[in-house]
This record gives sequence, C-alpha cells and structure tokens, in this order.
Amino acid sequence: MASERLNGSQVLLKALVAQGVEVIFGYPGGAVLPIYDELFQQNSLRHILVRQEAGAVHAAEGYARSTGRVGVVLVTSGPGATNVVTGLTDALMDSIPVVCLTGQVPTHLIGNDAFQEADTTGITRPCTKHNYLVKKPGDLARIVHEAFYVAKSGRPGPVVVDLPKDILQDPCPYLPPSRAPHRSYRPRLEGDPERMEQAIDLMLAAKRPVFYCGGGVINSGPKACRLLTRLVRMTGYPCTNTVMGLGCFPASDKQFLGMLGMHGTYEANLAMYHCDVMINIGARFDDRVTGRLSEFSPNSTKIHVDIDPSSINKNVPVDVAIIGDAGRVLRDMIKLWQAKRKQPDGKALKAWWKQIDEWRARDCLSYEYSDEVIKPQYALQRLYALTKGRDVYLTTEVGQHQMWAAQFYKFEEPNRWMTSGGLGTMGYGLPAAMGVQIAHPDALVIDVAGEASILMNIQEMSTIAQYRLPVKVFILNNEYMGMVRQWQEMLYGGRYSESYVDSLPDFVKLAEAFGAVGLRATKPKDVDDVIKEMIDTDRAVIADIVVDKKENCYPMIPAGAAHCEMLLGPEDKAEKPDSEDGMVLV
Amino acid sequence: MKEKGRKVKEKVEEKVERRTIAVLVDNESGVLARVIGLFSGRGYNIDSLTVAEVDPKEQLSRITITTSGTPMILEQIKAQLDRLVPIHKVSDLTEGPHVARELALIKVTGTGEQRVESLRIADIFRARVVDSALDSFVFEMTGTTEKLNAFISLMEPLGLADVSRTGVVAIARGAGSL
Ligand SMILES: Cc1ncc(C[n+]2csc(CCOP(=O)(O)OP(=O)(O)O)c2C)c(N)n1
Ligand SMILES: [Mg+2]
Repeated sequence: MASERLNGSQVLLKALVAQGVEVIFGYPGGAVLPIYDELFQQNSLRHILVRQEAGAVHAAEGYARSTGRVGVVLVTSGPGATNVVTGLTDALMDSIPVVCLTGQVPTHLIGNDAFQEADTTGITRPCTKHNYLVKKPGDLARIVHEAFYVAKSGRPGPVVVDLPKDILQDPCPYLPPSRAPHRSYRPRLEGDPERMEQAIDLMLAAKRPVFYCGGGVINSGPKACRLLTRLVRMTGYPCTNTVMGLGCFPASDKQFLGMLGMHGTYEANLAMYHCDVMINIGARFDDRVTGRLSEFSPNSTKIHVDIDPSSINKNVPVDVAIIGDAGRVLRDMIKLWQAKRKQPDGKALKAWWKQIDEWRARDCLSYEYSDEVIKPQYALQRLYALTKGRDVYLTTEVGQHQMWAAQFYKFEEPNRWMTSGGLGTMGYGLPAAMGVQIAHPDALVIDVAGEASILMNIQEMSTIAQYRLPVKVFILNNEYMGMVRQWQEMLYGGRYSESYVDSLPDFVKLAEAFGAVGLRATKPKDVDDVIKEMIDTDRAVIADIVVDKKENCYPMIPAGAAHCEMLLGPEDKAEKPDSEDGMVLV
Repeated sequence: MKEKGRKVKEKVEEKVERRTIAVLVDNESGVLARVIGLFSGRGYNIDSLTVAEVDPKEQLSRITITTSGTPMILEQIKAQLDRLVPIHKVSDLTEGPHVARELALIKVTGTGEQRVESLRIADIFRARVVDSALDSFVFEMTGTTEKLNAFISLMEPLGLADVSRTGVVAIARGAGSL
C-alpha cells in the first residue's frame, strides 16, 4: 500500500469501486479530464456517456430507483454542474440516493471567476441532502465514502462532491470506508416501542381504518414492502398508495384502493376523507395528496411512520408519530399485532368495506371509449394488458399521460415504477428509462411520454442508440401540453395560452434519425398491433400514439378543494375554488 | 411569512411564540450558509443569530438563533435544523430555565448637558465607557435584549449616533451541557 503512489483521480475511482459502484453516468470537460483519463485505463467502472448532464442525473435516478442502489453522476465544472441542478432537485424531492461528482477549477483559482468556474456548493446547497467541496487531498477518500453513506442512509437523497482539478491530479492518500459511526449524522431507524404499541391499539379499535403508504416503504426496500403487504393483509384493512408508493402493495390485491390524491381514485380519496384511523407509512402529506388542508380527513386519528422527523406535523398534525425505518417499524408492528391476540371490530369493518365497495362501484376511472379516435386511457389499458406478467419497468414524463399511467398501470412489485413525483420534471422519463435499462438489460423498459415532455431530453435517444438500449418510448401524442390545457379549460375560461405544441417533429422519422424504430397508431384498432410490434422489437422504439386532443384526466380534486369535492368527469363542473388555498397552488 | 393559506385544526396553534435555539455544529465552511439558507428557503424568521467556535479541539461551533413562529413552525425549524448533516445537536433553550445575554456598543455624540445626562443614565444601566472623545462616548453594555433596547431608546434623544449589537447568546441554567 505504502509504495502505491496514487493521484486524486485514482483515489476517487478506488473509493467508488470500494462503494460497490459499477456504473457512472457522465459527461466530460476540462476540470474532470484527470478522472476521464483514469477511467480510460481501468475496467471496473462502466461509464455511460449521456448527451446532456440533465440526462445523467435522471438516468442515475432511474438506475437507483429500479435497483435500490446509489446512482452515480460525473460532470465537469461550471456548465456541467449547473446542468445537473434540476436532476438534483428532483432526486431531493423524491428522496433518491444519488452521488454527483462535479469538477471544479483548481483550488488556487476558486473565487477568481476562472473559466468554467461556478459556485457549485453554493448553487447546490438547497437542492442536495448535503454537499462537499474537497479542499485537501487528505480529505478526498473520506468525503467520497461519507457521500455514499449520507446519500443512502436515513431519508435518501442527492449528495454533491465538488472536486478541484489540482486535487484530482496531485498525490493523494487512500483510505478505506470507515466503520466508525458518523460524527453527527445518525438517523434513527428503530421505532419507539411505546408509540408502536399505541398505534396498534388504535388500529385494533378502528372502525373505518385506512393504510396510506408512500415512497418511504419503497425506499426502505423490497422486504419492507413484503412486511407492509403482510400487515395490511393481517388486518384486512384497505390500503391506498401515493404516486411515489405505487408498487409497495400489490395493485391486484382486493384490499388495494388505487392511488390517492389529486388524480387518485374516488374510493381512495373518500376512504381518506371518512376514515377514523389513518395509518400513514412513509408518505408525507404532500399538498397533491391532502387537497384543502382544513378539510383533510377531518375526523381521523392519524398515525405517521417516517424516517425523517421533519416530515412529522409539517403539513398535517398527527396523533401518533413513529420515527424510524419503515421496514423495521413494520416488522415490530406485525409482532405487536400478533401479540395482542385481539381481532379488529369485524362488524364495523364489514360496514366499512360495504361503503368502500359502493364507492368502487362508481368506477371512477371509466371513460368514453371511441372507435374513431384513440383515447389515451385506452392506449394505456392496452399497454398494461399486453405487457403485464413480463419483466417490465415503467417511467413517465410529466403531465396527463403520467397520471393516466399511474391510474391504469398496475404494479405488483416495488421498484418497477419511476416517475418524477415531487418536482414534476418534464424530461425525466427518457433518461430515467435509460438508467433503468442499463441496470436491467433484458427487461422491458417503457417511458410513457407526452409529446411535449419527450422533447425536453430527446437528445438522450443518441445515448440509447450508442449503448443499444432497447428502451421503448410510448408517446401519448395529444399535440397539447395536456395538463396545462386541462387547467386552462377548467380554471382560465378555455384560453389555451401557449399550451398547443406547434411544429412537432414527425416522431417516426425522429426515431429513425436516432437509429431507433418509429411506429405510429392513429386509430383504436391499430393500438394492439403497435404495442405488440414495439414489444417484439429488440431495439429502441418510439411509438407515436395519436390520441384524443381534448381528453381530460379524471377523477380530479381541483387544487384547493377537499377529497369529498372530487370531479369524476366532464359532467361535474369545477367550481371556482372557494378559498385562496387552491388558487396559489401550482 | 410563507404560511399563507395554511390552516391548522386548532386555532390556538396559530399563536406566534419566540424561541432561543442553540445549535452545535461542525466548524466547517458553509455550515452557516446551510443554516441561514434553511431559514430563508423555508420562510422562517431569524430575529438574531450568533456564531463562534466553542470547542477548538473537536472543531465545534455554537450557533444561537432567536426565532419566532407558531408551535408547528417552531417544531419544523428544530426538525429541519437537526436534519442538516454537520449539525450535532439542536436544543430549544426556551423549554427550560436559561440565561440569555447580548452585548452592544453604543455611540452617543453631543456636548454639554446632553453629554452629562447620557453618562448619568449609562451609570444607572451599568454601561461602561470604552471610548471617549470631546464630543462622543462609546458605551459597552451587556444584558438582556430588553435592557439593551431600553438603554438605546433612552440614548436616542441624547445624540445616539451608532449601535452595534452581537445578537443573543444563551445557555441553560444548572449543571447540564448541550
Ligand atoms: C420542466 C417543466 N416545465 C414545465 C412544466 C409544467 N407542465 C406540467 S405538465 C405540462 C405539459 C406536459 O405536456 P405533455 O408532455 O404533452 O403531456 P400531456 O399532459 O399532454 O400528457 C407542463 C408544461 C413541468 N412540469 N416541467
Ligand atoms: Mg401532450
């Protein structure tokens, strides 16, 4: 060891390998040339060259979310670093573990407005879980190891390590990952036994209970999802998922109510409104879920399990807060439930399910089928029908198509559904799908896209071509920023200001230009054939599904309305929100 | 405040309280920016903030923040601070008996009767003269925020020219440490 003289770049790569990294999504530039030179001379790390740094972060997110591992990004200083800001914010909002290595000008030039200098730690401070500027060679290995620990422990998130070029070139000591606990960051993992007992007592006494589960369960891991499924089945209680939580409980289970929130199901939202005991596991009472806060589940006792103490009582005051890792808390809750040897109130539960079944009977996701024009919902129903049972992963862009995908695609397992939930980043889905496909080369990876969103990171088709990734892009092409148009229709008198997407490319030709296969469906009868051909093609495909331009996404809780004020279809007219709460929402 | 449109079940919860929070942090670059960025980014108030290294061996600094908000916001502030990686400990001193002090340097200019009067009041308040010229004094004074406020407002008509204050530092009473 002692004889081995390493430079900073070698130490960096050695630390990455020690952290189990296999893939880096990156883009080179002056400040990181020493790292790229070392990458050239080794075989342990695979580098995926994206076409824009924004794509690198989303790809790393897709990789992380579909594997449960940390996604790694490498970009240069200045513009390389500023291009990753959206992706970092996205990963922060959705609690995705990402380590982003940014080049920086040499230490002695920092603060001089040097060429391609940006205050990367300053810019990324509010959009990372934590960030570091490496100032001494002696700190490099420790910081890299620490960055991985911070990114994946507790509530996961993105971490930036800013690397001045001199540090990358100069001699540098290597240190293996430390086994000592972190100086100051030690997230709490085990739930408080008394609180858990309290929670179980409340659950046993419940007459109208509901489980409300989110991305925290998925982040805790597949085991946590199995434990959740067990607990929900043991209790016999209904369960709804947030958009981030889809897949943590099997969608085909009869206890599943579907997604909740603004475009959630009638039964899920009404169950939330009328429940007497709410069991929130790993969800954060986001405004898209709660609707108008003053009317949110007004008569329930609320139990909240979260690994992040700052999620507790942030938007909604809760009665029993349990800080801890979802998996560990679920494990203990199952034990406690069994130890009680009591049964929930069977009669009350039966009445509750009867009520829920009545809500279900409204069939809130129904839509008017047409022979003439493809309804976007129909396209997704067929996509689900023709792909279910396969090894399939879905990513999405942002808009109506995203919500329809969340409603119509049924996820039986975690880590199969990747969507930008918190930030709502158009342009997320294509690079995310690319990251998923890198991690799962043989899987069927589909980006459900809108024609507007897909253009935001379309350059990644070139990356997809380079690495021969058979990613499928399923565009629901309505020629509108559909979600924007829907709001303009409902709230702005139908004045479609700048929401028509003019001068769209011919997506079939565009696919071909990128060496992919382009397909198109314009009539409902074409849909199945296009989907089948898409699945059977072993290359990348862009399927341009020309859908109804004016379809709206229902059910919908208008911003600022309550769960009980849901609109089920065009026949329900949206009232102007009666308070400012909603109008200020985005 | 960013609380616009946020309604909480119990109306009593809306009452705004003042708190003094002590935070033990790694003395590394950027840590203060993290704390301040947290407050500005989330729309919390900072009434005063002081910081200095308190443990050179362990390289720890102590930040004292006085802030105000509803109980829900105050709970958020503490939880959000605690979440920052280089923060070791967050303690709400207002929850128990504690001592809080501030230091101020106060410049008063004037001659004749006014000058004598300012000196007389300074004496009552136990402010020390740390600089004196023919037509000015600089007083140094330590005390609670309220006491400093009172002194400064008395100086106003007597030629108050400049004030520099440290902001509050505070510590819990009794044997316990942070
Ligand atoms: C980067 C970014 N810019 C703007 C928005 C606001 N926005 C949300 S949905 C949407 C329209 C999306 O249109 P499209 O991709 O065609 O999807 P559709 O709603 O038509 O299914 C826009 C502009 C956003 N979410 N992200
Ligand atoms: Mg569209």
